[in-house]
Amino acid sequence: MAIQFALQDGKSLSQRPSIAAYVVDRAFFLAAGLGAFTIVALVAYILWEIGGQALPAVIKNGPQFLVNTHWNVQNQSFGILPQIWGTLYSSLLALLIGGFVGVTIAIILTQDFLPHQIAVVFRTLIEMLAAIPSVVFGLWGIFVVIPFIRPAADWLHDVAGFIPFFGTSLSGPGMAPAVIVLAIMILPTVAAISQDAISLVPYKVKEAAYGMGTTRWEAILKVIVPTASGGISSSLVLGFGRALGETMALAMLIGNANQISLSLFSPANTLASLLASNFPEAGQIERQALMYAALVLLAITLVVNVIGTLILAWTSRKIVKA
Amino acid sequence: MSTAVLERPQAHSASEAAINCRVSKIFYGKFLAVRDSDVLIEKGKITGFIGPSGCGKSTVLRSLNRMNDLIKGFRLEGEVDFLGQDIYAKGVDPVVVRRHIGMVFQQPNPFSMSIYDNVAFGLKLNRYKGDIEEKVEHALRRAALWDEVKDKLKASGLSLSGGQQQRLCIARAVATQPAVLLMDEPCSALDPIATRRVEELMLELKDDYTIALVTHNMQQARRVADVTAFFSVDISRGGRTGYLVEMGQTDQIFEDPHEQLTKEYIRGDFS
Repeated sequence: MAIQFALQDGKSLSQRPSIAAYVVDRAFFLAAGLGAFTIVALVAYILWEIGGQALPAVIKNGPQFLVNTHWNVQNQSFGILPQIWGTLYSSLLALLIGGFVGVTIAIILTQDFLPHQIAVVFRTLIEMLAAIPSVVFGLWGIFVVIPFIRPAADWLHDVAGFIPFFGTSLSGPGMAPAVIVLAIMILPTVAAISQDAISLVPYKVKEAAYGMGTTRWEAILKVIVPTASGGISSSLVLGFGRALGETMALAMLIGNANQISLSLFSPANTLASLLASNFPEAGQIERQALMYAALVLLAITLVVNVIGTLILAWTSRKIVKA
Repeated sequence: MSTAVLERPQAHSASEAAINCRVSKIFYGKFLAVRDSDVLIEKGKITGFIGPSGCGKSTVLRSLNRMNDLIKGFRLEGEVDFLGQDIYAKGVDPVVVRRHIGMVFQQPNPFSMSIYDNVAFGLKLNRYKGDIEEKVEHALRRAALWDEVKDKLKASGLSLSGGQQQRLCIARAVATQPAVLLMDEPCSALDPIATRRVEELMLELKDDYTIALVTHNMQQARRVADVTAFFSVDISRGGRTGYLVEMGQTDQIFEDPHEQLTKEYIRGDFS
């Protein structure tokens, strides 16, 4: 406990903190430390557990697992290349659409294009998109998106069927509806983080741009967005991470067909959707293979999220220094 | 104080006007920020704006290239003539005005790009077709920064020190050779050594540029300005409205001010 000062002439009202204050201080420190440690321990435990359960499949299938294209329970031969392809293809396309729309929305909501009150309403609405359960998105996709895009898809296939993207006709669930719904699902992530990044650009930078005689769009595209580019790219990486791991809506919409195709209208499969669809009826061997697939998905999303977080940390430091 | 300054004719005489600003009122929303300020910016000279905080000197300066248009509720009554044209007339695009009348700000504000790209920014913006590299070097030499950065033109403009950043901003502003350069307290964020360099730079730039300089430091006006405008703030009328008290040759303002208020301010009775 702290050393006392011999200043007891009774004039000063200053006192040392009470014992209770020290105890609370200490207890809070310990609780916070314990909480932080628990999170780390939890991640390690999940990795350990999944790794442990996947181990037999890892030994049995080896790295071939990543390039084999069949998921055959009878022969017990498993490969997840179509799922890896479907995961990356659907996520990249969703990122292309959701990223573009999300960044555009972020620009419009931060650069005084709308009256303040309306901008706030829009922002809240977009954030609310994040609160819609995945299964609701899936249902909406089945009952609204698929019928809605069918005429356009049929037309594209008839007219431009020679282009690989439109090479098959839309049979119902497939890549296109999955990508559209996925794009909407990652929109809040991209829009929210991009907005923060763009708002972080100091006013003096904007002023400098206008002072040079830029038009509004020149200021935005040549100065403001490049200055916020780090935060915007991390919003894209984090949105991509979200798309990679999205399960329920995709399991409902992608068609669960283990094939590799460029066509937007053919059914496909993703890692997350494979796990969700196959677990309930899997035997022991298949279960181990699914655990292996889960490990691969975990590795992919972990790497993507770490990259996003690093970009964000690195660039916000750069801007603060400016 | 050189004799050359003393020999110059009195302000408002025959010398050519770069900007003739006749502000009768400037409002921010309902707030009357500035009233009755007629300021003549003479070609090839440095005009210093001095006065206490809130006297409207920055507001007037920023009205000269329509920077204030960025502020919601800004409204100006009067005229600002630039080359015989009122820049507040209908149909005048503020973007065009700002390309002819450059600005250097209080806080150094280089863009988050390389030193080279910062200086080339205005050239590219104005679709300059000639040798950009040469113009960049020229502007950096003009801003007395070339020797310090010539080996690291690819480095970020933000990696420079505060004083270097401000000189980079000056280089960025002069690269396109605008007709007039507005400087809004350009040294207030700089240390004394950097301040001295920027002041020397202003005196050099005077040969080619017309400069209007707002400064919070009246000694700075005394050191560099040919003509000085003294603004003050009117609290008697209930608001806090700034106005031009008097304007004249710098020597006259500092040594023989006509107005009592100017005398008190120069003496340091208030600030």
